[in-house]
Formats: sequence, C-alpha cells, structure tokens
Amino acid sequence: MRKLVATAVAGVLAAAMPATAQDALKVGFVATFSGPNAALGEHLYQGFMLGLDHAGGKFGGMATEVLKEDDQLKPDVGVQVVRKLIERDKVDVVSGVVFSNVMMAIHKPLTEAKTPMISANAGPSPIAGKLCSPYFFAASWQNDQSHEAVGRHLQTKGVGRVFLMAPNYQAGRDGLAGFKRYFKGEVLGEVYTTVNQPDYSAELAQIRAAKPEAVYVFYPGGMGVNFVKQYAQAGLTKEFPLYSAFTVDATTLPAQGEAAVGTFTAAFWSDDLANAASKRFVADYRKKYGSAPSTYAAQGYDAARLLDAGVKAAGAKATDGTALAAALKQAKFESVRGPFRFNTNNFPIHDFYLIETVKGDDGQVRQVNRGVVFKDHADAYASQCPMK
Amino acid sequence: MDPVLVLTQALNGLQLGVMLFLMAAGLTLVFGIMGLINLAHGALYMAGAYAMAATVAATDSFLAGIAAALLAAAAVGAVVEMAALRRLYDRDHLDQVLATFGLILCFNELVRLIWGPAALFVTVPPALSGTVEIFAGVPYPAYRLAVIAVGIAVAGGLYLLIARTRLGMLIRAGASNRTMVAALGVDIRLLYTAVFALGAALAALAGAIAAPLLSVEPGMGEPVLILTLVVIVVGGIGSIRGAFVAALLIGFIDTMGRAFLPAMLREVTGPATAAAVGPALASMLIYLTMAVVLAVRPQGLFAARTG
Repeated sequence: MRKLVATAVAGVLAAAMPATAQDALKVGFVATFSGPNAALGEHLYQGFMLGLDHAGGKFGGMATEVLKEDDQLKPDVGVQVVRKLIERDKVDVVSGVVFSNVMMAIHKPLTEAKTPMISANAGPSPIAGKLCSPYFFAASWQNDQSHEAVGRHLQTKGVGRVFLMAPNYQAGRDGLAGFKRYFKGEVLGEVYTTVNQPDYSAELAQIRAAKPEAVYVFYPGGMGVNFVKQYAQAGLTKEFPLYSAFTVDATTLPAQGEAAVGTFTAAFWSDDLANAASKRFVADYRKKYGSAPSTYAAQGYDAARLLDAGVKAAGAKATDGTALAAALKQAKFESVRGPFRFNTNNFPIHDFYLIETVKGDDGQVRQVNRGVVFKDHADAYASQCPMK
Repeated sequence: MDPVLVLTQALNGLQLGVMLFLMAAGLTLVFGIMGLINLAHGALYMAGAYAMAATVAATDSFLAGIAAALLAAAAVGAVVEMAALRRLYDRDHLDQVLATFGLILCFNELVRLIWGPAALFVTVPPALSGTVEIFAGVPYPAYRLAVIAVGIAVAGGLYLLIARTRLGMLIRAGASNRTMVAALGVDIRLLYTAVFALGAALAALAGAIAAPLLSVEPGMGEPVLILTLVVIVVGGIGSIRGAFVAALLIGFIDTMGRAFLPAMLREVTGPATAAAVGPALASMLIYLTMAVVLAVRPQGLFAARTG
C-alpha cells in the first residue's frame, strides 16, 4: 500500500514537474521561410525579434525562448510544425504566419490545445467571423481591410469606372470583394489571372481598351513585381492611375524601382508615421538590420509588443494558455500604427492610410503617407463572431 | 471585337511565342538528340536572368548583361553537363527527371544563398523604355517589340544553322537517328556538347531578355519550363521547326484565351458562371491543345525522330 501511494505521489509529481519547473516562456514562431515568398516570413521574424530586443530579451520580464519554424507555405507542413511545437516543445504561445491558407489549417489544433496565437500577418475572414476564437489575436489586420480602404478612397474621390485584377485564388477573390464592399461605382472589368502568371500583356491590352478612370489590383510578391513593371512599361501609369494592396511594399519595391512611382496603395502603417512607437521602431530597425522596415516587419514588431504586454499582465500565469489569452485581450501596448484596440473578434480596429510611391529629390524611390482614408476601421466579419 | 485590341493581343501572343521558342529550341534539341529530359533547363534561364541583373546593376550596360548571361549559362551548363548529366545519358527517363528535378532545387537554393529571396530589379535600356505607336492610338512597349525582333532574328539564324551548315546537318541527323550517326563515325560526344551549349545559350538569352519584363527571383524558371515542355511536346521532340510553330501557336492560344475567352464565355453562360469558369478555362487552354495534339498526332506536329 505504502509503495502504491509512493508511486502515485511520484507520478503526480512527475506530471506536475514540467509546469512548476517551467519559468521560461516558450514562443513558437511559424512563418514561410523558404520558397519565393521567404522574404515575407523573414521580415515578420526580424520585426518580432526587434520587439523582443525592446522587451530586454524577456517578454513580460520572463526568460524567453523563440523557436523558429518554416511552414514552407504548405498547410500540412504548418500543421506538422504546430503539432510539434505544442506537443514536444510545449510552447506557451505561437506567432507569425504569413499565409491565410496555413493559418486556416493550424487554427483548429491551436484552439484545441488552448495555445494562444498572435497572427503577425494572415487575417482570414472565417477566423474573423464564425470560427473566431478566444485564443486567436491578430496583431496585423483582417485580410479585407486594406482592399476596403482603397475602395473607400476611390469612392470618396468620386472615381466612377474602375478595372479590377487579382490572381485566381481565394485571397484574390476576397480582396476584390472587399474592394467592392466600399466602392459603388462601375466595374468595367474584373479579371482573375492564373496564380504566378509571369506575363500580363494580354490583360494590360484589355485595360487600355476599357479606358477606366482607375485600376485596382492585388498581386502579392513576385506577381506584383511582374505586374507593376509591365504596367509601367506599357505606359499605362499616367493614363490609368494604378491602385493596389499588398503589391507595392518594402519587399517588392527594390525590384519594381521606378516602375512603381505614381502608384497608390493603402496600409495600416507607413514608416513616416509621426508617433513615438513608430519612430523608435523605424530607427532601431534600421540600426539592427540596415534597411527600412516593411509593413510586415511592423506587424511582427507589434505582435511582439502585444505579447510583451500580455505576458506582463498575466504575470506568473503566462504559461497557462487561457490566462495568457485573457491577458492578451486586455493588453495595452503602444502600437506603431497609433490607436489600436481589439474588436469582439480579437481583430484590430485601426486607421488606414493612403500611401503613394514617389521618387525623392535624392533619386530614391520611397512610399509616403498621404493621409487617413479610414478612421477606426473595423472588419466586416465581427458581427458573425459569437464572442462578445 | 475591337480590331485594335485583337492586333495588340496578336503582338502579345507573338512576343510570348518567340520567348517560348528560345527556351524550346534548346530543350527540344537536347531531348531529341541526346535523349535526355533536362528539367534543369529552367535553371539556365534563371542563371541568364540573374547574370543579367547582376551585370546591369554593376555596369549599367544592357549588352554587357547579355554577354554575361551567355557566359554564365555556358559555365552553369558545363558544370551541370559534367557533374550530373553525363551520368544520365544511358539511364531511363524517370532517373533523368528525378536527377534534373533535384538540380532545380539545388539551383534555386544556390541563387537564394547568393542573392537572397527577394526579387532583383533590372531596368529596361533607356532607348527601349518608351512605347511605340504601331498604328495611331495603339501604343505598344518598345521593349516588347525588340524582344519580338530578337526572337525572330534568332529563329532565322537557327534555321540557317540547321539547314545550311555541316553542324546543322549532324544535328538533324542526330535527331532522326542517333545510333546511325555514331556508327558513321561522327564524334557524338562533341556533338552532344555543342548541342547542349547551344541550348544553354538560347535559354540564357531568353532569361536575359525576360529580366527587365519579369521578376528576377529564385524559382522563376519553373513556370516557363512547364510552358516549354508543352511546346516541345506539341511541336514534336527534336524538331526546331516544330518548336517554332508550336511556340507561336501556344503563345497565341494562351494570350488570346486569356484575353477573349472569359468575355466570350460571358455571352454564352452568363456572368456568374463565366467569372468562375473563365479564368480557369483560359489557363487550361494550352494543356487542352496539347491533349488534342497528343490524341491526333502523338509524335507531335513535326516529328523529327524516325527510328
């Protein structure tokens, strides 16, 4: 009998050991670090690690270990690495994730394990709506918001006829739907091209024939480089102003160069915002990495700042998923974008700006903020989320 | 249909066609004469584009870029031929596909290590940066016109080479019956090297002139490689003439399909179905073409091989 009790006690102790012995915070950082879109994951990670630096290397004062994992832009690989992070590494929180299809795949295992997820980029509509979770937080945006901001801008500007283009996949169709949610003028053409199509000459000829007042496109990554270069080479930029989202940004601009000058986009942040948090971020990012930060880096940084505030608020209970999630929901931090608050679905309510790409007097191509398009913009799916 | 739009799209189709021809000419020769499926052909294209980007960034000279691209492709081609392909000539096609697919992964990763994952920027040479009005009110990018001119010139040069020279005669002979050529005492190894070098140079040229149009990034060779494979299957393996005709055909079908099919579908099925099906169908059109050609003429439009 005594032996049995001793065994039981030992067993209970052993089971309790990891929890009590764990005084460090383990963070899983999952993103796309290989393939043509590896730059996006790298920017998120760099921003995130700068956020950790600004927390003194310790989120909320806890010794912090960041485990970097590559999802290879494959949902099944994403699920594998997340399972590994949860079951073997026993991480307390996961962040990162560039692509929505990966996020959709890992959403269920994370929620079931009650492991908080702080998205640094992907903000798919189902997770903002019906599938919303108390363990999911977007430090970035809901996917549609940038598209909506451009739609809204063209609507208030009084532009009547537009031509729309996007790759033929879910995010492309969602993006143009988001644009049309706030743009009520006439859509002359809505063209969906094959994903990773390298040449757009056939579509550009259609644009010229349609004679729109403005063109709106969504071409992330290398597709955006191809599209914007070819648009400028066809001499269309002056005749038909080009608006886009996630197409001209710090990751693609070096390859687009002067071809992107005169195009417009919308974003929740730009590196010339005047608030103190943004200025500190931009200056220290340049110091650490030797280049201007992208919006992706800003999102990674905000994810880290949010986590820092959440861990601080949760205190000793930060390694408990439910307690950390509750603390994250209430966390107050200085976002680089200025005012930031969570909606009921844990997606941010924030401002959007019109961004123009210009060539400076020094010959450098850069993006400048042309003012607020949307004040306190909430996403369109929060009403479908059962959380209150 | 607007005739101006049709004309512009025809030019676009022609431009895509000649680009595909530059890729397909090399691939079809290597396949036809050496019996080797070289999926790493796209890597040579990528090497050309990167050499172009790096040289233009350093020297600001477009012609130096093209020269560098040809040199780079010769170097990469020689390394690939000696290190890997030589061991594969006598193996079956599955081994060749596996090995050269492995080479694709190696080259993409190597490029990423050297230049990083982000795309590189290449400017269009200033003389060709504007648009040309082919007819009044139909501006067309000057650079794309130059691409068409270069492509047609290279096609003409290749025709002369294949039809009028001794090397061309050996290439034609090699494509139609490799064993017999060897039996007649021709140094088949030397012929292989010449053919491979020629193919590599053409791929590099395609990569170099595509660099100002397209995003120069790791993995840029694969989408064009797939189209190229379609071209050589449709054209008939080993036939330069077949590659030329098929490249233009595929270029036209792809461009016209993308440009006009969704609109035509809208007339027939209504906007909702057209929006859902149109883009997918347009991008499938070239594969449907290939399927039809394979069903009707399995050897391709201009088969070179007789035995």
